Amino acid sequence: MAGIYIHIPFCKQACHYCDFHFSTSLKKKEEMIAALKTEILLRKSEFANETVATIYFGGGTPSILSVSELDEIIQTVYENYAVVDNPEITVEANPDDLSFQTEKENIFEAYKAIGVNRLSIGVQSFFEEDLKLMNRAHNADEAMACIKEATQHFDNITIDLIYGIPNMSNERWLQNVQTALDFGIPHISSYALTVEPKTALDTFIKKGIVPEVEDEVAQAHFELLVAKLAENGFVHYELSNFGKEGFFSENNTAYWLGKKYIGIGPSAHSYDGVHRSWNVANNTKYIKAIQQNELPSEIETLSVTDRYNEAVMTGLRTIWGVSLTRVEQDFGTNYKKYLLQQAEKHIQNELLLLSAEEEDVILKTTAKGKFLADGLASDLFLLN
Amino acid sequence: MKHIRNFCIIAHIDHGKSTLADRLLDFTGSVTEREKQDQLLDSMDLERERGITIKSHAIQMEYIYKGETYVLNLIDTPGHVDFSYEVSRSIAACEGALLIVDAAQSIQAQTISNLYLALENDLEIIPVLNKVDLPSANPEEVTDDIVDLLGCDASDVIPASAKTGLGIEEILNAIIERIPAPKGTVDEPLQALIFDSVYNPFRGVETYFRVLNGEIKKNQKIKFMATGKTYNADEIGTLKLVQHPKQKISAGDVGYLITGIKDAREVKVGDTITDAADPTKNMISGFENVKPMVFAGIYPVDTEDYEELRASMEKLQLNDASLVFTPESSAALGFGFRCGFLGMLHLEIIQERLEREFDMTVITTVPNVSYHAFTKKNPDDIIIVNNPSDMPDPTIMDRVEEPFIKASIITKADFVGPVMSLCIEKRGQITNQTYLTPERVELNFDMPLAEIVFDFYDRLKTVSKGYASFDYSPIGMRASKLVRVDVLINAQSVDALSALIHADNAYNIGKKMCEKLRELIPRQQFDIPIQAAIGAKIISRETIKALRKDVTAKCYGGDISRKRKLLEKQKKGKKRMRQVGNVEIPQQAFMAVLKLND
Repeated sequence: MAGIYIHIPFCKQACHYCDFHFSTSLKKKEEMIAALKTEILLRKSEFANETVATIYFGGGTPSILSVSELDEIIQTVYENYAVVDNPEITVEANPDDLSFQTEKENIFEAYKAIGVNRLSIGVQSFFEEDLKLMNRAHNADEAMACIKEATQHFDNITIDLIYGIPNMSNERWLQNVQTALDFGIPHISSYALTVEPKTALDTFIKKGIVPEVEDEVAQAHFELLVAKLAENGFVHYELSNFGKEGFFSENNTAYWLGKKYIGIGPSAHSYDGVHRSWNVANNTKYIKAIQQNELPSEIETLSVTDRYNEAVMTGLRTIWGVSLTRVEQDFGTNYKKYLLQQAEKHIQNELLLLSAEEEDVILKTTAKGKFLADGLASDLFLLN
Repeated sequence: MKHIRNFCIIAHIDHGKSTLADRLLDFTGSVTEREKQDQLLDSMDLERERGITIKSHAIQMEYIYKGETYVLNLIDTPGHVDFSYEVSRSIAACEGALLIVDAAQSIQAQTISNLYLALENDLEIIPVLNKVDLPSANPEEVTDDIVDLLGCDASDVIPASAKTGLGIEEILNAIIERIPAPKGTVDEPLQALIFDSVYNPFRGVETYFRVLNGEIKKNQKIKFMATGKTYNADEIGTLKLVQHPKQKISAGDVGYLITGIKDAREVKVGDTITDAADPTKNMISGFENVKPMVFAGIYPVDTEDYEELRASMEKLQLNDASLVFTPESSAALGFGFRCGFLGMLHLEIIQERLEREFDMTVITTVPNVSYHAFTKKNPDDIIIVNNPSDMPDPTIMDRVEEPFIKASIITKADFVGPVMSLCIEKRGQITNQTYLTPERVELNFDMPLAEIVFDFYDRLKTVSKGYASFDYSPIGMRASKLVRVDVLINAQSVDALSALIHADNAYNIGKKMCEKLRELIPRQQFDIPIQAAIGAKIISRETIKALRKDVTAKCYGGDISRKRKLLEKQKKGKKRMRQVGNVEIPQQAFMAVLKLND
């Protein structure tokens, strides 16, 4: 089973915190869609022995494309790849795009008609102040209206919520979570606001226009979130992802479990089990290369140690943890010994724990260790 | 013998000694184009990078003057106070010296102390005013300084520029005309002075010597008088840019000797080489066993590397006899070595060579000098304390003595105030103040050596805007009011961070140490208290706040390799840290007390 990720590198406007690849000019949209379809075609041999189980439109803002444009791309996948019955097809969408209605057509029904069965809605916050600070394209009313409507048509909805925003009180944060719960949303992806270098947010903070993002605030919000969602029957299955049983993101879970995926579009990444490759993060260069039937990508081959490090890094973020049996099978006994030896100190400090599960032993982060997962992972790393 | 001239160069760092030496070699045709590279005599990478001469070297040139061929032996000298004994032995091997003075910076403290050494050894001094081509050069005034200092005539001073080649020929001519030919006779038993040695991994130790009397011949049975050991002179020769083996080297000349010695400690600078069967009655005076001045613990970052570290230190000692070490153990750091160094530069060099040549990452503990402690019970028995943890308990202690030095500082008159304040802060007592010229003052202080070890040199440079130079010589032990300041990290005493400090400064330094450590130790998963204590009394406290968030929120397809690389980099950083109790302490934190004023 494998996944296809399709990157739609356009946005109406730039969010102040975002460092993903996108363009706010739609001039090249037509050419881009053609190029995406060509890349899907060019790479079919990579999945000659694989079945596609998930298709994921990410961005950028996929909802900037019309339904028929999305449909063309989906059809191109079907025409060139073996696809399971009823694959998970996710579209990331912004509330301002979803609230747009024509008289004849409801956008949600239109999505369903082309096979989309999961919506990922970039709400981020239900409060005007937060949305303004982050320069989101939608307002609070649009967020509420869109979610209300979406739930009438889709069961499988996930929304994004950002915490740790400057000036965001614990109460306001909890209200955001509560609003999502009140709508009956079955999946939430929730991220701490991160100040990426060279973003507008970074500049505003340095200039003192926006207050600093504080780790203590983020940690408090995270703990509130974890507790609140646990009370409401959500499984905290990945550091930033919470879902009710049956509503986990299949596509994203594949990344954390080291499964194969092809990434289509500028800046998209691919993994075939041994190599990681990534396309150029530039729309013009991408289109030009694809038009000449060339893949504008760089590739790296992962060593055994690289793969071990990745398995530890991603595993510690998930509820499935790092399986000692898998480590031994995939990398050898020495890696398992090393892992246990490095983990010992953190187990004593109750940041990591070993749990016995079905004839296997799993290394996981404890509740206390979750928010320190990167530092813990690097302690368990082996250097080439 | 009347066609031999032996000379050295006395100069302050940066006054152009190595460049001038290159010019002399160039002019006399001692180097081919192919062999040319900047600063030929500085053969260690470290020396070229730092622009200083660590080891002394020697090189022979031939020069035709008025139709006669002369042999010129240039004996290069180390350019740092840490190596002043080696300088004295190089000077003793010469009849003359070039005194090189930067035409912009004039005379510096170290130049003066080396000059005095040269005068004591009756060397003929040829003053050279270097860098006269610089726009900032002030030749008239600096020439006056030199005339004042030497009592020579202004016409004796040779204006030169090693950079442009100006004055090189005049210098060579002056070497022949003014420096006397060596005295001594070939008829007496062999008497040769060892002024340096170099370790060669293939050929063993190469000993550099100057024959005062008699001759040394290939395969002669010879004896080193201080160590009493005898050897066969397997190979002897003269030092050109490459070695030229010879059958014999006679009185007045300079050469190298290979005996198959594998351990640099057997070759002591200042020792006398003589004939084993017919020894000279006169050992050359001035020999000293080199004594380390600064002590510090050296520990592997990874405890498992202890044996490898020992092997590396032993190898280092083979070519650096001035390094001494004994095994010790620390409660915080496990097994390591207490090492003695000639000074702080030497310490830094050893640490860097361990890293470069042996790939050993080490922790160096707070350096200290060697103290004498006396207990009430046996007030006349000296207990030598080279490690703060060896200091007897204050309750049984009678007194402590610490080594003092006589410091000579030469500075511009404008900076006398700040320099004095610094020296007084460092517990110095002024003993003399002399105006060398209306603009330049020499200040003398009696100071504890320990205060020199701690950031003195850098601060002197700062307060004098780089215009002060500094030299020192030991003047013996004096009683002192010292206390041991301990550092507790996460409530655990870390012996490697303990320091012996004068009671009056203990509170202030303890506080600064805590502040510095708070800066240098990265936040960890829990709060870390850092305390300074004297005995059971806590004198200062800082807290490193726990890390609250150490995770990136998103980790999707594209982020995985980027993030892995980031965490790998973090891991590399952690490898250079040492875990003490529960706390990861970076390597540089152990030296933090040296940089309290940064």
